[in-house]
Amino acid sequence: MKKILLVIIVFFLVLPLFVESRFWLGFWTTTLFFALLGQSWNILGGYGGQVSFGHAVFFGTGAYVSAVLQVRLGLDAWTSAAIAVAAGALVGAFIGALSFRYGLRGSYFALVTLAFAEVFRVLANAWDFTGSGFGMLVPMKPGAANLQFADRSGFYYAILLLVVLAYALTWRVERSRFGAYLLAIRENEDAARALGINAFRIKLAAITLSGAMAAMAGVFYIQYYLFVDSHVGYGPAMSVNALLAPLIGGAGTVLGPLIGAVALGSLAELTSLLLGKEPGVNLLAFGVLLLVILRFLPNGLMGLLRGRS
Amino acid sequence: MAVLEISDISKRFGGLLAVSQASLEVQAGRITGLIGPNGAGKTTLFAIIAGFARPDGGSVKFDGREITGMAPHRICRLGLVRTFQIVQPFGALSVRENIAVGSHLHERGRARALQEAEKIARQVGMQAQLDTPAQSLTIAGRKRLELARALATQPRLLLLDEVMAGLTPTEVNEIVAVIRSIRDAGVTILLIEHVMQAVMSLSDDVYVLNQGRIIARGGPRDIASNAQVIEAYLGRRATHA
Repeated sequence: MKKILLVIIVFFLVLPLFVESRFWLGFWTTTLFFALLGQSWNILGGYGGQVSFGHAVFFGTGAYVSAVLQVRLGLDAWTSAAIAVAAGALVGAFIGALSFRYGLRGSYFALVTLAFAEVFRVLANAWDFTGSGFGMLVPMKPGAANLQFADRSGFYYAILLLVVLAYALTWRVERSRFGAYLLAIRENEDAARALGINAFRIKLAAITLSGAMAAMAGVFYIQYYLFVDSHVGYGPAMSVNALLAPLIGGAGTVLGPLIGAVALGSLAELTSLLLGKEPGVNLLAFGVLLLVILRFLPNGLMGLLRGRS
Repeated sequence: MAVLEISDISKRFGGLLAVSQASLEVQAGRITGLIGPNGAGKTTLFAIIAGFARPDGGSVKFDGREITGMAPHRICRLGLVRTFQIVQPFGALSVRENIAVGSHLHERGRARALQEAEKIARQVGMQAQLDTPAQSLTIAGRKRLELARALATQPRLLLLDEVMAGLTPTEVNEIVAVIRSIRDAGVTILLIEHVMQAVMSLSDDVYVLNQGRIIARGGPRDIASNAQVIEAYLGRRATHA
């Protein structure tokens, strides 16, 4: 296992040395971005079994808070990023406190997260302070102080660093009491409570951590693309992206979201190569892939790897 | 000394009075059996004691402390743990990981909790299945796992809900021996059971619940010859009807 990890890290570290084209570097940057977003979903949904259909609410909060603080209040990018991540955690804690306090589980919890994302989308779209229908544009000012890079590989290494941090944290969680409690709650919440687990507190911690991590992805997004509007930030597409990578790669495993993100990214490129860039064609392919995986590999691509070893 | 004191507990589900002013005491270091026909309210009473259901009246005291309506995890932390009649394994986790969830109550470290789980597994005779996923255990295995997980929390009072139901006579004998050894290690036990022979041979004290009411209490021998109990189980003789 450690060897595989080492190979993966070395692969990603040396990748920019061999990838000449801007296109492929962009491809890997986006893939790592989805791997980060997917891991945030995985902590709550994969390990904790609390399936969210509205992870965009955390992602969008990260992107928007960071953009608004830089543009409207003139704060520097680093401070804005830190506050944005904290805001993601706070939104997570708020939604968690509300829905877990009232015992929402399964589809009910999923629908509540979806509803929150929609409410945030409508608000961001209506409020001038958040750029209403136009969205927020962060001015381009390359430089480490502004968390922007003139060179594309700078962004690549930035997202790689975030992914390594997030995955190391998940790895630690998996091997801790907190992780064991999350799995226990996923498998059987009543039995978990009977064994002394404060299910409410554990789930609240998971959604807070998940919210912070998704907001981190949002912060990266705004620094990379310098633009967010309500559809990108809080739209259902981002929520679907957040859960697709871990479901296809293997929910409740550390590497699942990364494997899923690579598979999805490759599939998207493959379909646009074979079927042209018609809008929606790649989504169709994603849907088919998801159905096939759920039918034949309920544990995702990781299940395939594990079954062989 | 009474570890558990239940006084006048009542629970209503709509028009049905599931438990009606039930009172019982569990003495420290003993095995107390709670028997009664199907639907007598035994499992409901267990749910109330362990904090999974709120009674409409009455009180539950554990070690002299009022625990009525307390959350299940807090009751467990005080040292009172229950098992479920319908087994509730953490299906995707191995036997070792299942038991470790219980050990974590007093052991934060993952490695030490997993280690302790092995010890508990030996105690209940599951050492051969440590790496088996809980979902592929037989019913007997799952019942043992329920017991092992509960035991791993190091309780002072263990509530066992039909841990022998569905087992073969050989399996029953094995688990009876395990339960005895748990009591001998100093854990007080309250058990619900349908397997009469096992209850009678295990229990130091027996309570009989029928239609939500405690209709008899005493030693196993007195209970076996109690007319009311026989009536509850077998019905009245036809000539009386």
